Amino acid sequence: MNPSDAFAQMKFRDPKRARGLRDALERLVQEADHAPVSVMHVCGSHEQAIAKFGLRAAFPQELQVIMGPGCPVCVTDVPEVDEAVALAKQGVRIASYGDMLRVPGTSQSLADAKAEGATVDVVYSVTQAVDLAREHDEEIVFFASGFETTAVATAAILVDDPPDNFSVLSAHKYIPPVMEIVAEMPETKIEGFLAAGHAATITGSAVFEKFVERHGLPVVIAGFEPLDVMAGLVKLLEVINSGEPRVENAFPRCVTREGNVHAQKLLWRVFRPTGGRWRGIAHVPNGNLRLRDEFAKYDTRKRFTIDASALWSYAPPKLVQQCQCGDIMAGIASPSDCQLFGKECTPDKPVGACMVSAEGTCRIWHQYGGRPDLRSMKRGAA
Amino acid sequence: MCLGVPGKVIEVDREMQIATVDFWGVKKEVRLEVCDAPVAPGDYILNHVGFAIRRIPPEEAAETLALYDELLRLADEQDLMTADVRAELEAAPDATRSPKVAPDESQ
Repeated sequence: MNPSDAFAQMKFRDPKRARGLRDALERLVQEADHAPVSVMHVCGSHEQAIAKFGLRAAFPQELQVIMGPGCPVCVTDVPEVDEAVALAKQGVRIASYGDMLRVPGTSQSLADAKAEGATVDVVYSVTQAVDLAREHDEEIVFFASGFETTAVATAAILVDDPPDNFSVLSAHKYIPPVMEIVAEMPETKIEGFLAAGHAATITGSAVFEKFVERHGLPVVIAGFEPLDVMAGLVKLLEVINSGEPRVENAFPRCVTREGNVHAQKLLWRVFRPTGGRWRGIAHVPNGNLRLRDEFAKYDTRKRFTIDASALWSYAPPKLVQQCQCGDIMAGIASPSDCQLFGKECTPDKPVGACMVSAEGTCRIWHQYGGRPDLRSMKRGAA
Repeated sequence: MCLGVPGKVIEVDREMQIATVDFWGVKKEVRLEVCDAPVAPGDYILNHVGFAIRRIPPEEAAETLALYDELLRLADEQDLMTADVRAELEAAPDATRSPKVAPDESQ
């Protein structure tokens, strides 16, 4: 099968436009006059769309589209998981989004604690965690993960006078600061970023303008349709080739320059940005969202004395030491570079956080095949 | 998790800041406190973890809906994107109030 046959088999609703975009990518990569051209996106949903629709097989070979730290569950750091596990083992009832249960802490995950008898509830929304608190007299701790898009929902709950037995253990993260870190990593040769459309719905495109000034790298905001992703990449390559780095919005039907100002006010009224480690990546100044003092009453960290030390007297198993999640999330390595990928590490028995979460690079590649060659496309992408 | 899911607004309770929203025939209650613009019946919203994070004007909805039509039509329980959309639907409680305006079946 030749590449154009394979491409035609893909489920694009507008094959003519898809061909046009692919041809534009070919031309722009040629015009770049160096190879490879490496760009990074920071969103699990982008990676899902790229992998699910087999887009990498349609990209020019010289174009590298790398997933960076775009999985909020994956970058939740070990000490944050330890806090939740320690509380659960202390007998405090924990509610969290499903993927958070299996993210490994130092020695245990929340799922491990649950198997040993702790009460851990899976919720789909912070509202359901509040409902639990209303229905029960006991303390309910919402172990909150997610980037700004999800943190806004937590903020809306906290300004809405939740019950006294409800508190938030925030592992919320803020994406713009980690882009600064990854952009400066000597190992990455990223020439531009594709920013996530729905996070930008909240923040607006303007949030990236300072970043572009500081790092000289363009940012293009893109949607999640296969064609949206390709159109975003075309725009990004155009800006890279122009030599004039700037922010471009390739998803104008959802994103404005100012963003959702009302949601931003809500976010910053409840949360303050603070520095903290992102799992496997680095200390990220202003990358963590913690509750402001005004909301101390609902801050799990102020409400409880959390002693996680019992979880630390333990050497991690050898497999964990071989896990490359950190390098994968920083965009330095691919899942296929990891010896454990698909062998010792699978969705059923994940070693690292990237295989746990539906937004983790390893989990996504394991499901769809990350960089399909054309022989596997019939099975993987069509 | 970042994907959200679009639905059509059937009824708005301004006082409670809750909209009854139709997602492929399933009616849910979605909170409006973080939405960027006032919504009215006939508008679409993007629901993320039970909150409308954006109003989608009706004339722009078709383009947004197409991807989701495909994800839900395939109905593959193993598919990560389909599972994400289903989780976003689970995040909003089922509508309990009876809509005064019938949903537009043409959508």
